[in-house]
Amino acid sequence: MADRSERGPGPRASFGAVGKPLRRVDGRAKVTGETRFADDLSMPGMLFMKLARASVPHARILEVDASRALAAEGVRAVLTGKEFPVPFGILPVSQDEHALCTDKVRFVGDPVAAVVAADELAAEEAARLVAVRYEPLPTIASPEEALATPEPRIHDHGDAGNVHKAVALDFGDVPGALASAEHVFEDHFFYQGSNHLALEQHATLAYLDPDGRVVIASSTQVPHYLHRAAARVLGLPPAGIRIIAQPQGGGFGGKTDLFGHEIVAAKAALITGRPVKISLTREEVFYCHRGRHPVRMRMRTGVGKDGRILGHSVETLLDGGAYGSYGVASTFYTGALETVTYRMERYRFRGCRTFTNKPPCGPKRGHGTPQPRFGLEVHLDKICERLGRDPAEWRIENAVEAGSLTANWMKVRTIGLKECLEAVVAASGWKQRFRRLGRGRGLGIASSAYMCGAGLPIYFNDMPHSGVQLLLDRGGGVTVSCGAAEVGQGSDNVLAVIVAEVLGLHPADVRVVTGDTALGPVDLGSYSSRVTLMMGNAAVEAATRARERLAAAAAARLEVPAERIGFGEGRVFDVSDPDRGLSFAEAVQRAEAAGGTVGTVGSYRPPPPPSRYKGGGVGPSPAYSYSAAVVEVEVDEATGVVRVAKVWIAHDIGRALNPVLVRGQVEGSVYMGLGEALMEEQEFRRLPPRLSRALVHQAPSMLEYKSPGTLDMPEVETILVEGPEPNGPFGAKEVGQGPLLPIPPAVANAVYDAVRVRVDEVPITPEKVLAALDSASRRYGPGEFPSVPWPEPLLVPPPWEGGDGGALNEPKRKDRPARRPEAVKP
Amino acid sequence: MERAVAAPVPREKLRLALSVNGEAREVLTESWKTLLEVLREDLGLTGTKHGCELGECGACAVLLDGELVLSCLVAAVECQGRSVTTVEGLRDGPELHPLQAAFADHGAAQCGYCTPGMLVAARWLLDRKPDATRAEIAEALSGQLCRCTGYLQIFEAVEAAGRVMRGLPAPGPRLPEVHRGSSHGRSE
Repeated sequence: MADRSERGPGPRASFGAVGKPLRRVDGRAKVTGETRFADDLSMPGMLFMKLARASVPHARILEVDASRALAAEGVRAVLTGKEFPVPFGILPVSQDEHALCTDKVRFVGDPVAAVVAADELAAEEAARLVAVRYEPLPTIASPEEALATPEPRIHDHGDAGNVHKAVALDFGDVPGALASAEHVFEDHFFYQGSNHLALEQHATLAYLDPDGRVVIASSTQVPHYLHRAAARVLGLPPAGIRIIAQPQGGGFGGKTDLFGHEIVAAKAALITGRPVKISLTREEVFYCHRGRHPVRMRMRTGVGKDGRILGHSVETLLDGGAYGSYGVASTFYTGALETVTYRMERYRFRGCRTFTNKPPCGPKRGHGTPQPRFGLEVHLDKICERLGRDPAEWRIENAVEAGSLTANWMKVRTIGLKECLEAVVAASGWKQRFRRLGRGRGLGIASSAYMCGAGLPIYFNDMPHSGVQLLLDRGGGVTVSCGAAEVGQGSDNVLAVIVAEVLGLHPADVRVVTGDTALGPVDLGSYSSRVTLMMGNAAVEAATRARERLAAAAAARLEVPAERIGFGEGRVFDVSDPDRGLSFAEAVQRAEAAGGTVGTVGSYRPPPPPSRYKGGGVGPSPAYSYSAAVVEVEVDEATGVVRVAKVWIAHDIGRALNPVLVRGQVEGSVYMGLGEALMEEQEFRRLPPRLSRALVHQAPSMLEYKSPGTLDMPEVETILVEGPEPNGPFGAKEVGQGPLLPIPPAVANAVYDAVRVRVDEVPITPEKVLAALDSASRRYGPGEFPSVPWPEPLLVPPPWEGGDGGALNEPKRKDRPARRPEAVKP
Repeated sequence: MERAVAAPVPREKLRLALSVNGEAREVLTESWKTLLEVLREDLGLTGTKHGCELGECGACAVLLDGELVLSCLVAAVECQGRSVTTVEGLRDGPELHPLQAAFADHGAAQCGYCTPGMLVAARWLLDRKPDATRAEIAEALSGQLCRCTGYLQIFEAVEAAGRVMRGLPAPGPRLPEVHRGSSHGRSE
């Protein structure tokens, strides 16, 4: 049983659950091994599926000969691209994937055929017998090659040649601002790609329920989007398909995309009439990828005499890999949150994503924002040094104010950035220690911001982003259901805590049903740090409606006005005389007698964003979380090895719903940020021409793909800054992604403090540190930014230069009504 | 990925008798299987996880005759007559083992996927050294990858469990320091 010792004596009307360090509601199952991850499922008569994947990086498929595979012992079915003529993709603008390749393969690992057999070994052996004849096509390894090689195109969609998406946005006259600025600074950065490396490999079990309907139980963070895609590709009505997002063994964005194998398994179940399971190997997970985009960046900033940013310009070049994935959004995200931390008067963004013949990149924790955040925070460190300013003080002085509308029309409501900075400055002894630790030891600082959910859904619609349904039974039991996916982050616990808080129960009294499209209302999915805020608000609404019904019934019984009814300790009582009350179960019974079965729903849709220009849908959020970190490093000048000694991190959480779980998200983010800062690399190499110049992963195993272990992890001092966010449930903001963002730049800045060299790219490996130490420039990093054919920029005046959030040179958009932006409140 | 077509794996069956979590079990299984596969697929003990099946991540750790092993690297045929302890065998009855309770209460299990292996490795350590230091815990768990927690709450949970196993009171989870925001603009 869960520990109930947290319940203090006497009834309380509020905060019995919120903010308490209680065991999470799914904690017991996780420590007993009873949590059912997708690969833990099995069914009688279950068949196994394996995929035959492309061995060449770019080729036309001339023929797929499955005859030998089909004839092999134990094989029940072989599926090829012919079965899947309908394309899919996570974004409506890039429906460019087929569940199995139809006419072309675009990277080594692209799935070509699926073999379904009596056991996994038979499927694997037969998959090797699928013979594919290819006509090889030239291959593209990098964005630079993609820009130089418009033909042949990897896809026939996208902006031009092998440019998937190029965007240009001008928020005021930045060249003018730079020309008039006291100082102008320019820097170039590179942020390497990395894999999510969730410990659980993707798995799917598809079957027909006893009524003949399709069920897909999968390791997916986005059951609703999978539901839509599976219906389209399979040609079935959505109502005939049920998606179950099993609890996941880590996601980090890696299960936020749709994967062909999820749909192929369903098709195989329809063909064979048997349950079909697929479980990817670790090597396959590396090749499915959808992880961090490698990004090259150029930043230019004009600074006034007083240190204010007069104009800031960012150019980004993303290596997208072979498919669209979330790429259009990823591209905009490399620019969208640049403005929400420090005041800048004018802002200019250029972003370009190219296709390459490598596994597709997509969203990983921070989605498109850690790369420019790294650039910006290191850039500012250099600027402060040149201006002779303390980088912590500069940040505090220039932090965006609460209630601001930024240059690119992002609405910042609450902001705890200054408090976060002040907290890590004080805790780390920054003022006494920065630039004074002596050779080989250094401190670095950085701060950051992240969204609490995307302001717009992935596909245009007017419906809620999250829905919650509540059912109360006569025994006092409460069941809450929602389509949200539990990735490990604790979203089931968020749901239980919020419902418990409103109804005066213990979270362990609340039964949670999530991730099942047949049993709960839609939630758009576990991405963009949206679940706590959006699902949470829907839960508050559903629970408040139930509370009102119970309060009315209790008020009638106690003969007091409903406003005097309080909830707490599993009781419903008169707040003026707390001993007078009824048990929660009795209140349910009375409410049921008075008005029928007690079931309520709640839903949430974010406020409309003030940005109205094309692309302005990426970046707006009901709230932004803020983080600041100080990192202390030791750098060995003989070996180039960087050891992280300690991390101080403060996070603006709004309100912590559970401080133990919040701390876990902060420290897990720090950990992942350190991995990206120092070692993680999703890197590819070319095989020789006789092997088709294939682009293969240099280390598709957990041993060779370096990630931090127990001995690499430094001490972390975590500080939470609480100041309730009006848009968050009980004031809560996100914590799953934001705290990763300041870590890589803080490490880079600390390395500079230690040995006075700049490594302007991550990971900061010993080789790069040594190269920087040996170079005349005392720097390691990318050179000139490639020439990109930018489109005509959209001209969007910042709020203080007039305008309405739309572009001056863009035709009025039909899908958004003209509207005055929300007034800026002090 | 297309590889040279290997010769099919021989399909002889193996009759395997072993003790699992204190119970005698006998299975007829494929001779090429690993202990991990026998546990998960033949015995239905899916608590033991896999993250790589190459001995790299530690998710499949179990005790074999009391020694910590990676079950993905142990051939089932090697386990004849031997004794295996998995996460399912950590507790006897409904009560959680002190390590399990501490992991649940200290935030040491986030997604829970590395947790079974982590628990078994920690149990191996605490059985030998219930007062293990932070450095000894980090060393003992250095073969276990966790992508969620950053390890610190895991270390704290192992320390807390060690205290309970030594008859000392269970410490509560370590909480982050909380600062009140002052310049948050609009308040509630």
